[in-house]
Amino acid sequence: MAEFTLPSNSKVTEGKSFKAEGAKNSRTFRVYRWDPDSGANPRVDSYEIDLDECGPMVLDALIKIKNEVDPTLTFRRSCREGICGSCAMNIDGTNTLACTKGIDEVKGDVKIYPLPHQPVVKDLVPDLTNFYAQYASIQPWMQTETPAPPDQERLQSREDRAKIDGLYECILCACCSTSCPSYWWNSDRFLGPAILLQAYRWLIDSRDEATGERLDALEDPFRLYRCHTIMNCTKTCPKGLNPAKAIAEIKKMMVERQG
Amino acid sequence: MSLVAPLKKVRRLGSAKEGTHHWWHQRLTAVALIPLVLVFAGLVIALTGADYDAARSIMASPFATIVAAVLVAVLFYHLLLGLQVVIEDYVHGEAAKLVMLTLVKFAVVIVGVASMWAVLKLGFGG
Repeated sequence: MAEFTLPSNSKVTEGKSFKAEGAKNSRTFRVYRWDPDSGANPRVDSYEIDLDECGPMVLDALIKIKNEVDPTLTFRRSCREGICGSCAMNIDGTNTLACTKGIDEVKGDVKIYPLPHQPVVKDLVPDLTNFYAQYASIQPWMQTETPAPPDQERLQSREDRAKIDGLYECILCACCSTSCPSYWWNSDRFLGPAILLQAYRWLIDSRDEATGERLDALEDPFRLYRCHTIMNCTKTCPKGLNPAKAIAEIKKMMVERQG
Repeated sequence: MSLVAPLKKVRRLGSAKEGTHHWWHQRLTAVALIPLVLVFAGLVIALTGADYDAARSIMASPFATIVAAVLVAVLFYHLLLGLQVVIEDYVHGEAAKLVMLTLVKFAVVIVGVASMWAVLKLGFGG
């Protein structure tokens, strides 16, 4: 059955508290902490941060905590400009990128948790092995039988190129998939919004010749049809994309090819 | 820790290559239920205040019988498809899922056939 309560070794406890001495403009960051080596339950540590001495984004605060307050805090980050997808986490109850989420967008304490319903490696780092394997399973590369012209690249009209706008921008941060209840309950079989959006990106690419085979691989009660149009994916996408629409387009293609 | 390759886990037994009919029929029946339920509700409202014999004769008219029969057929088919999705969503473990799906499908068919029998009995004045 789907689990609606946390197992006893996952119950979150109150952790340490760090004060910002002499700060006039401070904000408390409540951060999920879990250390696989300690054997202890996860906890939430509170860090008071002087916003006058901190950059504007949530990621700036996390980096400040790691550099100046608590070097044991573990999280992923790389580009700090919303293009790599590494710092995807649950901030103030919504999956988003810490680097593009302004601290001023959050009212009150800033609550930071790892992406929901994924195994945690440590602190804010989720294990996305399954997610990446699902991405590999849709064969996210151009498949053709026709060889490329010997003297030029494969051409694509401006109109056909425009069809992958709103799709190619996906950075696979997993915010959408891990916000989807269907993915929470059935991520072992349901591909989830991010992977289905990527699948659609190849389905409508004018140069890809494997459309039928791709649809065959997706036509499955679980892989595709666990999507119940909940729309959390579209609501949470930090890049402003619409995975729900991409999934609807795949479902339309499925019906269309029935006749 | 499982050492099964992640890609093998994800691919499982391959695609079932079905599900489109199930999904499409759920939409079709949902759309069909809108007018059916409205017309049937109108019929029920029209029975307000009627005595037993009058209600019986209204419901035995060809129009009412056909509406009720189509409604019962579409409704229980829709119910069957919908409950299957709910069980597949929430019940994990192949054995438990198979048992639940079987029981629920049996129950829906039995109640659906009983409803249809009632509609036809009324319609044919048995």
